[in-house]
Amino acid sequence: MTRTLGETDAVAPQPGVSRFLSLPGSTRIGILPAIAAIVLLVILAVTICAPLLAPHDPLALSPTNRLKPPSADFPLGTDAFGRDLLSRILYGGQVSLFIGLGTAVVSVAAGLIIGLVAGFFRLADAIIMRVMDAFMAIPAVLLAVALVAVHGASVVSVIIAITFSEIPRVVRLVRSVVLSAREEPYVEAAISLGTRMPTILWRHLMPNTLAPLIVQATYICASAILIEAILSFLGLGIGTETPSWGNIMADGRTYFLVKPSLIFWPGLLLSLCVLSINILGDTARDRLDPRMRKREG
Amino acid sequence: MERFKTGRFDGVADVIAIENLHIGLQTMAGQTPVLDGVSLKIRKGETACLVGESGSGKSLTSLAVMGLLPSGVLKVTSGRIMLGETDLLTRSKRQMRALRGSRISMIFQEPMTALNPVIRVGNQILEVLRSHGLASGKEAKRRVLDIMDQVHLPDVERIYRSYPHQLSGGQRQRIMIAMALILEPTLLIADEPTTALDVTTQKQILALISELQRKHGTAVLFITHDMGVVSEIADTVHVMRHGQIVESAPAQVLFRQPRHEYTRALLKAVPSLHPRSPRPEVSAPAALKVAGLGKTYASGGFLKARSEKRAAEDVTFQLMPGRTLGIVGESGSGKTTVARCVMRLVEPTNGAIRLGSLDIAHLPQGRLRDQRAKIQIVFQDPYRSLNPRRKIGQSLIEGPTNFGVAPEKALARARELMEIVGLSADALDSYPHQFSGGQRQRIAIARAVAMEPDVIVADEAVSALDVSVQDQVLKLLDDLQQKLGIAILFITHDLRVAAQICDYVIVMQHGKVVEHGTAEAVLVAPKHPYTRSLIDAAPGRGWDFGACREIAWPAAVS
Amino acid sequence: MLAYIIKRTLAVIPVMAIVALIVFLILRLTPGDPAAIIAGDSATPEQIASMREAMGLNEPIYLQFLHWIGQLLQGDLGTSLLSGTSVNALIASRIWPTLYIALLTIVMSVLIAVPLGTIAAWRHGRLSDHIVMIISVAGFSVPAFVVGYIFIKIFAADLRWLPVQGYKDPALGFGEFLRHAILPALTLTTAYVALTARMTRASLLNVLGEDYIRTAHAKGVSEPRVLLQHGLRNAAVPILTVVGTGFAMLLSGVVVVESVFNIPGIGRLTIDAVMARDYPVIQGMILLTSGIYVLVNLAIDLAYTLFDPRIRY
Repeated sequence: MTRTLGETDAVAPQPGVSRFLSLPGSTRIGILPAIAAIVLLVILAVTICAPLLAPHDPLALSPTNRLKPPSADFPLGTDAFGRDLLSRILYGGQVSLFIGLGTAVVSVAAGLIIGLVAGFFRLADAIIMRVMDAFMAIPAVLLAVALVAVHGASVVSVIIAITFSEIPRVVRLVRSVVLSAREEPYVEAAISLGTRMPTILWRHLMPNTLAPLIVQATYICASAILIEAILSFLGLGIGTETPSWGNIMADGRTYFLVKPSLIFWPGLLLSLCVLSINILGDTARDRLDPRMRKREG
Repeated sequence: MERFKTGRFDGVADVIAIENLHIGLQTMAGQTPVLDGVSLKIRKGETACLVGESGSGKSLTSLAVMGLLPSGVLKVTSGRIMLGETDLLTRSKRQMRALRGSRISMIFQEPMTALNPVIRVGNQILEVLRSHGLASGKEAKRRVLDIMDQVHLPDVERIYRSYPHQLSGGQRQRIMIAMALILEPTLLIADEPTTALDVTTQKQILALISELQRKHGTAVLFITHDMGVVSEIADTVHVMRHGQIVESAPAQVLFRQPRHEYTRALLKAVPSLHPRSPRPEVSAPAALKVAGLGKTYASGGFLKARSEKRAAEDVTFQLMPGRTLGIVGESGSGKTTVARCVMRLVEPTNGAIRLGSLDIAHLPQGRLRDQRAKIQIVFQDPYRSLNPRRKIGQSLIEGPTNFGVAPEKALARARELMEIVGLSADALDSYPHQFSGGQRQRIAIARAVAMEPDVIVADEAVSALDVSVQDQVLKLLDDLQQKLGIAILFITHDLRVAAQICDYVIVMQHGKVVEHGTAEAVLVAPKHPYTRSLIDAAPGRGWDFGACREIAWPAAVS
Repeated sequence: MLAYIIKRTLAVIPVMAIVALIVFLILRLTPGDPAAIIAGDSATPEQIASMREAMGLNEPIYLQFLHWIGQLLQGDLGTSLLSGTSVNALIASRIWPTLYIALLTIVMSVLIAVPLGTIAAWRHGRLSDHIVMIISVAGFSVPAFVVGYIFIKIFAADLRWLPVQGYKDPALGFGEFLRHAILPALTLTTAYVALTARMTRASLLNVLGEDYIRTAHAKGVSEPRVLLQHGLRNAAVPILTVVGTGFAMLLSGVVVVESVFNIPGIGRLTIDAVMARDYPVIQGMILLTSGIYVLVNLAIDLAYTLFDPRIRY
């Protein structure tokens, strides 16, 4: 880089002085995120490969094999209908993860558009934000419960139901990023250069939202997997002919004192999965955008 | 009378002696140290100025003395810091805490953020006494009120109960000083204590520090980048660069016969308060004509008395092609509001803004866009005025392509412009973070010039830069003006900068223009009392730093 | 000041109005005939018709909404289709167990989370910080019902220290109440502590980077005092906010936990209503919980003025 003689960095922070007492995080990849990534990849791999790995048909009823303990034939035992628990968990992961990913994608896409509009158009802002406040006020599980109760439970309707309560968070995030970015001199410079508003929105404002959105998407994914499990557990989720981690546990409710493994194994896998996603989200947040720490929660 | 302080310190005991101090990054052992063998001593009653540009290590030196280096990031690798007979570097954390606030204390740059917003200021001063187990109850409060009195705060009982946000910047800095001096420390460290203040307030705070220093015989380590301030207060000057002290000398000696090449360069870069020589009048029609411009911000409303804040009122001026008009004033004077109105980044409440023959003050957005090319802006903060995610080339052609220039053509022009502003054309493929502040400001100027505007508004465009860089950027603006005949509206709080570049100067106060004339007339023979007080408060105003001699001012000013 | 309080309080109205609209639309914009859904699969056309009449479904939709709102404004949440009793009375009889457990949860969570978060921020980047962070991220990664069952398995089934399920009113003896309420409250606490500890840490870290913390050190203020007096006091507002917004999560959690522990609170009421398609009760419950959430956050916003003298609108 060519540097004009005698130039020094004018406002560049002196090392350590401006970040006084708040120490920068370590620069290497931590052990924890690495473990989380591996766990998540393994879970993804085995659920995707469920048809190859599962020892049994997850739907095959076997009245003679009800609530069997683990054996060579049924590595994790069987449920109340004699279905193989391991096979059901492997297949169930597909649905749970799909709902997590689906909700993350739909919420972020919808929230990004609504948030950009709210952040840039004063008139729309007031109305949009009141509606978002209202959606925030309705507890996520209750909203999902009500929507699913009315519209019936399918993978798509569950995704949509959870999306409704996740969108406000995305909208608020995008809006706040846009509001602070539009004060930036480079945005005002673009206005002065005669750049049109839609172009400014797309070229100068939208990119600022990407890093925080990636982080938010991981949190939504984790949260959606949890809510799906709760819905199923309450008996409102997808029917047991499509196994999901949630409805496997729901099936195990009645027998949990007799055979806790019906809840334990799917619960463990689900928790590990959500935990890994959350850890990766935290790591991404710390890496991509240190300012995000302010919006933690 | 001598121009510089001539305190004699022969035989006076050292209060603090820093000996061969090295500080390095903890994580990168073996790297070039951040502080490389700094030695200096300060005697009782002496003011030592540590002067240097950003990144020179001056603040780090002070934090090391305080024992407040960020742990885990930086650490002292060798050297001694002797406070009297004790080496501070061998003291435990607990012992250092006991020394801080009692024997060494410190004041900081930003009085706005340096005070805790949720605690009454009286209690914040009181906390110093309490933390050192000295005085309590009525006696403590009496001492707090006494020191508040000594820093000349008015109505001390009321201010004692106030929160920081209820006080002015100057009052907050007085609170900081009261806090620092209540236990009569032997050493006061002042880290750029007046940089965030207006010049008139700066003058008062400098006077206050000197007064209290004389009274208590405190040794002062004063950190600043401003040679003007140094010339006002220093007994001894230490010039720092890249973590080393390159020259130490009594103020007298340093300003009259600087020895080190860097010191000379630094002094040369300080703009003179003496205005540039007048250029011939321009007979062409004005490039920009502003008449009766006003901007009123309404606040309150619902259930609350409506209040109006007049940020600018009845501002009238005209700007000739190829000439520079400066708008000068302190914070809150409305100078930036005028700039933003002229750019239509905020909507003016009333008045006319004639760009050539067209009034753009109330033009609808669509038609305004067509006029945008004619008037461009350069902002203060070089780190925020370029989109960090876009290549320099993309930023430079954004404007021209908006107006239908083919991208290849715009890019070819951008190449030329990079050369013109003193950068290489290869830089077009780089991102802003690869450039220094001064270089970014050059790029921002190139972006403005790419539009071939009639007018450039420079809003504090050199205020964030070190003096040496400031100097170069001012020269660049001047060159461009001579080559291209652009008219420049130059907003600044710094009279020295204004003197260097402006042909005409407007002085603003409380949103109104109080004085208007040629740079010569306004800066050399000011008529309005406010202008006079501004010039009077400019530190080191009688000294021509580059030439190392007095400025002969006409009698009118003094 | 007063103007701010009034303004902030009035801001509740549009939010609640939109909540009401959403609740109304969830039911009315169903594909198909709500009356048919409610009446059930075995209903005759006549039964459905009379149901339509009873529900006012023959009126234009905006009139239906206005009627319903009019009812709400009189404080009437409607009548349960299942039991025929008023929704108000149903809620009144079921709300106390929920409130007690929620209160117990909040108290326990704040008592645990704020010190944890403070320690993590103070020891930022050290082992204790990492441990607190891992525990807290794990806390909201495990579904509440799984936590609940684990607790039941350990403390009730195996150790036999506590009852497996059920609920006793505090009026019948506080000890008995606690024996029944402690596991549900602990279950809810895991997630709530996780959230609050994270927020405490994050906002305290922010505050500790501020200039006035450096000033406090420069004054010779002791470390604990810097942390508590200067740090936590300034971090109080964001911590309070997360306690408030976390309240929505708590209300969601109540539904699950009451179902696991068989507690006759409003959470169970909701699930029973959903199973029976008792729409007035579902609507009432959503309105009630949203209302509680909005009011809690109103109270917190107003409490800001106590913590931060700068907020004086």
